[in-house]
Amino acid sequence: MKPLTPKRLAWICGSLAVVLLSVVVISLRVGAVPISVIDLIVSLGRVAIGRSDQLPSEYSLIVFDIRLPRILLGILVGAALSVAGTGYQALLRNPLADPYVLGVSSGAALGAIISLIVASRASIAMPLAAFAGALATTAVVYFLGRRGGQIDTHTLLLVGIITASFLSAGIMFLMTTLSGGEQRGITFWLMGDLTSTKTPVGLGVLFTVLLIAIGAIYSTAADLNLLLSGEQEAMHLGVDVPRVKLVVYVSASLLTGLAVSVSGAIGYVGLLVPHVMRLLFGADHRLLIPTTALGGAIIIVIADMLARTIVAPTELPVGAMTALAGAPVFIYLLRRRLQ
Amino acid sequence: MSNATLNTSAASPARSAAPAELRLSVEQASYSYSAADRPAPLFTLEATSLHAHRKELVAIVGPNASGKSTLLRLLSGALRPLSGRVQLDGFEVGALDPRTRARRIAVVQQESPLLFPVRVDEFVLQGRHPYGQTLRFETAEDFAIAEQSLAQVGATHLRGRWMHRISGGEKQKVVLARALAQQPLLLLLDEPTLHLDIGAQVELLQQLRALAQSHGYTIVVVTHELNLAAEFADQVALLHRGKCLRSGTPAEVYRRDLLEQVFGASLEVETRPSGRPHVTPLARREDLRS
Repeated sequence: MKPLTPKRLAWICGSLAVVLLSVVVISLRVGAVPISVIDLIVSLGRVAIGRSDQLPSEYSLIVFDIRLPRILLGILVGAALSVAGTGYQALLRNPLADPYVLGVSSGAALGAIISLIVASRASIAMPLAAFAGALATTAVVYFLGRRGGQIDTHTLLLVGIITASFLSAGIMFLMTTLSGGEQRGITFWLMGDLTSTKTPVGLGVLFTVLLIAIGAIYSTAADLNLLLSGEQEAMHLGVDVPRVKLVVYVSASLLTGLAVSVSGAIGYVGLLVPHVMRLLFGADHRLLIPTTALGGAIIIVIADMLARTIVAPTELPVGAMTALAGAPVFIYLLRRRLQ
Repeated sequence: MSNATLNTSAASPARSAAPAELRLSVEQASYSYSAADRPAPLFTLEATSLHAHRKELVAIVGPNASGKSTLLRLLSGALRPLSGRVQLDGFEVGALDPRTRARRIAVVQQESPLLFPVRVDEFVLQGRHPYGQTLRFETAEDFAIAEQSLAQVGATHLRGRWMHRISGGEKQKVVLARALAQQPLLLLLDEPTLHLDIGAQVELLQQLRALAQSHGYTIVVVTHELNLAAEFADQVALLHRGKCLRSGTPAEVYRRDLLEQVFGASLEVETRPSGRPHVTPLARREDLRS
């Protein structure tokens, strides 16, 4: 066995960070207006040394005002949803758990829309309402997904999917109170969309919350490894089970609320990414959580790049891309479990 | 109920040198499941007392639903008694924080379900969890102790194998190794012989006896195997319908009338030359005739 050392952790995460950076550079280049790599590096270099005033104005506009914020948002959302998925999988002891499949994303979306109607404008209330929606939905699905005091894998998934469709109906109902223009915007947002880079609060704040929530889940990483063999087992091995469950429940809901409030319901990322990372690096959460965060960021940046290029000049919602890739994987994993 | 603490000499001569220190003390501990806990009929474990020393192997026997597992959960600190006390070296086990408790008490459950594949050595390292820091990167000492634990149960050769690819008997050894890696004072096993053939059962009990002697563990085993308990245990506690009917040496507890009443079967109890009892189930005469 290769033991997990801080060095190995740093190596793997560093490599993934390099991959992420490369994907970001490629993604900055790709689009309706092609920009050469050299120009891009020169521009990035100028920004880095604080001389952004020397940039050609069209680059500045396209790269730094349009593409970069969108990519940063993608990184945020990808990392948040993937780590939330990893957290739910450990918390619910269900490898098929994902914020979208469990209906938690829909709950967060419903919360966000209610805040839009009540507060009428995107504000700090929106991510908070999304967080509340995620918390409430997770609790409901958790309690309805139990059979005889135990969480039942398939009951849980069924409850999640039905909850999602129920909440979607609620969202449809609420949307009838909105004007036509707003309706179209929200429909696109619901499918998972990174185009509205006007976030309710600054990207800096969002990234801070992201890091705190991921950090909180990461602090329980060693405990989560044991929680996978059951709560009794984990308790006997020294895990403070109620505390760990609370931390993961609140943090995963916060991550989902955060992601949904800025980008709508992007599905299957929380399922796909942890599975790929487990195949690559094993099931140890001390390695899985950071690699999942980076992997989620990479996947979303790539998916968004495809979403805005394959049918250019029109765009697909990024949620459509992730569902195209994720749904078949979900079916495959489900069938493999049933056998 | 006879006081089991009086029992010492006959069962294990190796221990006769000095009176062993009292380690586990259960005083009139009772428990009752509330309706919310389980859908089954409400179950109550009536006030039970039990005392176990260092290096002692205690067997808890009794029919199904007699309260064996409940008693074990009280000992492990998973449940806190509604009345009475469960103390390990003078500390109330239910009041210890999970980490401290896991350094003193290790539990081998009937099933160790796995959600994702894990290798044998990683599994054993889990036993070092209560000793680690926040992220618990394993130290050289942790690896050495895990390795030593595998060796103690004779499972070093399984090291790199996947947990879900080894046999039931092998798995039982690895789960025991993980418990040993916790370096506990008290080792609790819930029906460890359940899926083992007779050879593996004897091997396991011999191992437990040897470990108790060499490392000073106090070991409590819940089992259905009356004869294994009689052969290897220093002390037996017989439970029936939530009551501890009797505890003491196997010879004190294994009375024919008592066992027949508890298990509802015709039994014969003999005393073997070693002084330990042996139980043989008897077919009723009418069964034989047909």
